[in-house]
Amino acid sequence: MNKKAYDLEEPVFDEPWQAQVFALAVKLSEDGLFTWKQWTAAISYEIQNAQISSDPDLGDTYYEHWLNALERLVYAKGVLNIDEMTERKEAWRKAYLQTPHGIAVQLKKT
Amino acid sequence: MPHDGEEFTEPPSDPALRVKALESLLVEKGLVDLEALDVLIDTYEHKVGPRNGARVVARAWVDQEFKLSIQKDCSAAVKKVFGFQGRQGEHIVAVENTSKIHNVVVCTLCSCYPWTVLGLPPVWYKSAPYRARLVQDPRGVLAEFGTCIPEEKDIRVWDSTSEVRYLVIPERPIGTEGWTEEKLSMLVTRNAMIGVEFAKEASS
Repeated sequence: MNKKAYDLEEPVFDEPWQAQVFALAVKLSEDGLFTWKQWTAAISYEIQNAQISSDPDLGDTYYEHWLNALERLVYAKGVLNIDEMTERKEAWRKAYLQTPHGIAVQLKKT
Repeated sequence: MPHDGEEFTEPPSDPALRVKALESLLVEKGLVDLEALDVLIDTYEHKVGPRNGARVVARAWVDQEFKLSIQKDCSAAVKKVFGFQGRQGEHIVAVENTSKIHNVVVCTLCSCYPWTVLGLPPVWYKSAPYRARLVQDPRGVLAEFGTCIPEEKDIRVWDSTSEVRYLVIPERPIGTEGWTEEKLSMLVTRNAMIGVEFAKEASS
């Protein structure tokens, strides 16, 4: 760590998905799907996991921990399952590949 | 895959796709509302930030009664006086720096932080080196911020949790007698309210 790294004034979120996943967790907790205490336990667990898998964990992967924690919690709460998620992710990936540049990407209704 | 002569959209990164999947499924199930998410993001990108905390500190510097009230119940006092309230603003404890004590805050487990007064934490606050080392070697870590704490001064490290979050009230810089609250608040940085730096000097 050097002083310079501490001095950087960074934007609140580096990429839009980070803002989205931040908001999803806060909102779901507010709506009562899980308590904030459960949330901090979940994210602490993901941080430890990441460190065990040799993530230097310098803060730049923080929202990846956040995403892992949220996925795990929504599965645990039975709100979503992993198959739905895998399928939906693939659907979005295909939607991008099938959408000409410059047109808003939308999921095809199946 | 892209066809000849036609430009198709490159899918975003893996986490971005996972978030899109998560979000679209949760919206379909009626568990979240896109508009509410947008409002929340806008709040933390543009509305809530360390300027809130700076106003609290500046008031504490000029108003002894207010300072006592935030030492007694910081969350209630900032809600009453400034209207700052909401997420991660419950149970804020104000810790005051003095000539004998320097306070500094960390969250050793994750990144608990008083959002209502400081906004969201900076990247380094969430980093493993800061989280792990501040407790072991506070003087050394503070020195890396350019903050030298004399040996005779005690350093108190406060570990934020999901239940209690801390706001450091830095020492009021010398040479600021008679300054307005607004002018004083300009000397109060985010880092000073985490306790890794001092408030800016009057001449800055």
